[in-house]
Amino acid sequence: MSFISNIKKISKPAEKTILGLVWWKWLTIILLFYSVIQGFLGPVPALPILHETIRNLYFHVTMWFAMMILLTAALVFSILYLANSNPKNDIYASEAVNVGLLFGTLGLVTGSIWAKFTWGAYWVNDAKLNGAAIGMLVYLAYAILRNSMDEEQKRARISAVYNILAYTMFMVFIMVMPRLVDSLHPGNGGNPGFGKYDLDRNMRMVFYPAVIGFTLLGVWLLQILVRIRFYKQKQLIKNFK
Amino acid sequence: MAILSSIRTQLDLELRLETRNKFSLYAILLYVSGTVFICYLSFLGSLNPATWNALFWIILLFSAIQASSKSFLNQSRGNFIYQYSQISPQALIIAKTLYNIGLMLLVAFSGLLFFTLFLSNPVQDHLLYLISILLGSMGFASILSMVSAIASRSGNNLGLMSVLSFPLLLPLLLTCIRLSKNAMDGLDWSVSYKFLIVLLALNTITWVLSYLLFPYLWRE
Repeated sequence: MSFISNIKKISKPAEKTILGLVWWKWLTIILLFYSVIQGFLGPVPALPILHETIRNLYFHVTMWFAMMILLTAALVFSILYLANSNPKNDIYASEAVNVGLLFGTLGLVTGSIWAKFTWGAYWVNDAKLNGAAIGMLVYLAYAILRNSMDEEQKRARISAVYNILAYTMFMVFIMVMPRLVDSLHPGNGGNPGFGKYDLDRNMRMVFYPAVIGFTLLGVWLLQILVRIRFYKQKQLIKNFK
Repeated sequence: MAILSSIRTQLDLELRLETRNKFSLYAILLYVSGTVFICYLSFLGSLNPATWNALFWIILLFSAIQASSKSFLNQSRGNFIYQYSQISPQALIIAKTLYNIGLMLLVAFSGLLFFTLFLSNPVQDHLLYLISILLGSMGFASILSMVSAIASRSGNNLGLMSVLSFPLLLPLLLTCIRLSKNAMDGLDWSVSYKFLIVLLALNTITWVLSYLLFPYLWRE
């Protein structure tokens, strides 16, 4: 019962809206429109092999940034859950993983299409790509683990523990493994990388807004999903009475 | 030190249970030898060193999961409550991990023995290969003890065990395969230091995480 009563306590703070939306949602919309339009039409440096595919930086890399930020948020919520057993944190953690998985899938798809036109294959055996795939596997396993349990408190606690383990191994995989072996991926082993384009001011002016825009979109999605979960809990209580 | 004595008591208990039910130990050994023999028959003797190495580690991975999945399996409700009241969770996970390390080493070395018997042994730098097996087994044991606890607490042990542990074990497995490949080719140790460091770091991270996180699993 404490689980349900805790949910009930969550109060809704009054938010100031502009034309029906909070300011940061307007910021999301503006940033995304700006980065998509500039991303497709703006000037990019002419580099061999990459040519126009360099524009993928605005989408592929930003997807991964957004995913990493959301998964880190999920980790923080899981740690908070273990610290104070507030069911709110569990719902936030699980939905942050879901949104992270969505961005991860988009990152895989954009990367795969880019690889087809640059390397000639949708998938190559490379440390960075495999790390990304393993990351998806770890978090899919997390989703399966969550769905295998019914009791809410137990599920929350056990999946929080697994989430912390999963995040650590995922970090090891994508941060350490690519440095141990050669990689074809931009940014590794003398391949033209992110750092080099970073010097290009035009690209930087699109890349950072795009990162912020996609991350905010993720937060927006997270908020909607969490609200749906809270609403379902409330309906449950209503039917219970 | 209270924790040391309770670890010793727990280890003693595990060993006594194992010697009482010898079948599970024999079952694991049979699993390893059977798998190696299947590989021997399937590959028809044509096995290059790289494949040998990969095969060895894959068999080790599956045997390790098989061996450790029962760590928390035969735990009745009453047994759990008794253990909960008798031993601190930290002592319990340390004891289980130590016990699993022993089990993994047994599995790994028997696997190596069967491999040498059936598929010959192309390893050149034996010391480094043994070190990679040692570190790999320790890492397998500590991750698998934790995953086995998670799977058993969630209630459906066997189905979840492999799904949960594969992605967590992969960084360890890949580093081990690379390190032992270097050992197999007899490369200079200076090439392999980074892998050794990563293996040690992975082991340490897992121990610290199990020590910190297990108490949260171990309560109703």
